[in-house]
Amino acid sequence: MTALLTAIGAAAAFIAVTTADTATAAASTTLVDAQIVEVYVFLLAAFTGFQIITKVPPLLHTPLMAATNAISAISLVASIVIAGAERPLFINIMGMVAVAAATINVVGGFVITDRMLKMFRKTEAPK
Amino acid sequence: MIDQQIGSLFVQIAYIGASAAFILGLRGLTKPDTARRGMQLAAVGMLLAIIGTLLNHEIVTYQFIIIGLVVGSAIGLPMGLLVPMTAMPQRIAISHMFGALAVTLVGIAEFLHYRDIAGGPGVVKMIALGFETLFGALTITGSFMAFGKLQGFVTGRPVTFPGQKLINAAVFLGAVGLYATLVLTQSGGATGDAGLIMFAVMTALALIIGVTLVLPIGGADMPVVVSLLNSYAGLAASATGFAIGNNILIVAGALDGASGFILSILMSKAMNRSFANVLFGAFGGEKAAVSAKSAEGLTTRSISAEDAAMRIGYARNVIIVPGYGMAVAQAQHAVRELAELIEKRGGRVRFAIHPVAGRMPGHMNVLLAEANVPYDHLFDLEEINEEFHACDVALVLGANDVTNPAAKSDPGSPIYGMPILNVQDAEQVIVVKRGMATGFAGIENELFYLDKTSMLFGDAKSVLSQVVTEVKGL
Repeated sequence: MTALLTAIGAAAAFIAVTTADTATAAASTTLVDAQIVEVYVFLLAAFTGFQIITKVPPLLHTPLMAATNAISAISLVASIVIAGAERPLFINIMGMVAVAAATINVVGGFVITDRMLKMFRKTEAPK
Repeated sequence: MIDQQIGSLFVQIAYIGASAAFILGLRGLTKPDTARRGMQLAAVGMLLAIIGTLLNHEIVTYQFIIIGLVVGSAIGLPMGLLVPMTAMPQRIAISHMFGALAVTLVGIAEFLHYRDIAGGPGVVKMIALGFETLFGALTITGSFMAFGKLQGFVTGRPVTFPGQKLINAAVFLGAVGLYATLVLTQSGGATGDAGLIMFAVMTALALIIGVTLVLPIGGADMPVVVSLLNSYAGLAASATGFAIGNNILIVAGALDGASGFILSILMSKAMNRSFANVLFGAFGGEKAAVSAKSAEGLTTRSISAEDAAMRIGYARNVIIVPGYGMAVAQAQHAVRELAELIEKRGGRVRFAIHPVAGRMPGHMNVLLAEANVPYDHLFDLEEINEEFHACDVALVLGANDVTNPAAKSDPGSPIYGMPILNVQDAEQVIVVKRGMATGFAGIENELFYLDKTSMLFGDAKSVLSQVVTEVKGL
């Protein structure tokens, strides 16, 4: 795993360097190169996620759903930028609605996951 | 300029920290004792990412952000604190809708933004933006329909009509066609009104797809649908990351997507059906051709709560098989009381949980945990299936198709090949059930007609309370 990460890191660095060298090339080419790194990020994250999540026992599948739902509400980050950036008013307002929707999931999602996980207990040792 | 660079460096570090926290948090979920701490770590990661983002130099006004955060927290906090565990499937379904709503709005806003920029989004960004909006929009309405079915204001039965598949296919192809056209035409920066109209129509079609996708799917198939929508919401979030060049969205979305995908596969397997079959083949449609054995000439044996108490009260080894019926009757507290009583009398009680019991993955586990049943009493299908031989009494509680021996013995049965709990191996079986209605597959359960099986008719909660009272009096 470490070796793989190193290899990917090296590849990413290589792409970054190459991109800088060919800065004179057409802008669209640079864009594609930057997006290749993003594809690496996606693949590695999906791969890591797959490895970890297959190990989650069925016992915890409902908390898992609630948890991943809360985590994917990271789209809040993108919503915040749209709500606050220098854009036309109606776009800021769309961003505001997006912030509200994502915040519901962040706050509600983590709270409810914790509430569920709190309930799972082992048999207490006989007194 | 330097300030800005330091600022964006800080943001990137916050994002990397958050990514690590998410992955470690999910790893915590692999064990019940580390799960809580793991998720608290993930919550800290989220906070870090939010703080980092608030420092983003692109942000010039904070009023909309603050209103959004306050409104979202005001709705989210009570939803998190007050929603009862029994309403968890609905809660999960509706949360996919909120997540998808945020993603879709971001997609639309970004598309409109690119109309003002010379050169437009370009091919690659348009691929991501289009995917984000397409999947986001269909997840909004799909999740809302799933929510409606689980909450009960949309019928839980599969809704089908003639030509349905044809219409669905047309709508789907229309949306994909517009998506492809947008990708091809936006490359040159031709973000004219034609592009705007195409984008709007594509989004509208995606909203329709969400409805038509979930409408024909029956209530019992909800675990697959909810998992699949979970996956879509994640993939849409990931696409957002591609569209705006933000790695943490890509990472978090990929984790969510992977999780939903794995759960969908597990659920489909547990029903011995393919994805395609769940999505396109409502059970009702095939029923006519099925050679299911009819119940004619077979008789069941009905017993009273008193009889049941006698059998259960003196049993040494009891396995309880909960199903959706337990959730409907909210019998989890009564069953915990019964289990404790049996243990007090020296018997052993375990719970056998089929992967698709209930309306979402892990539904039964959460309900029983809420009722204070220790998790080391809860067993998966593979863990406990060999144990039914040695058990005196198997108590089936509102479960049906997941115990039907026809899945093993009758190749003509629609559920043939589906993994089932080997309840028929137990010395005797007591089935608590409201009536003789069939389960989701619409077929008779041979288990109910076996000599060793006794039926205890009634509402699971009140019947179990009676049994508890009777056992106390033994």
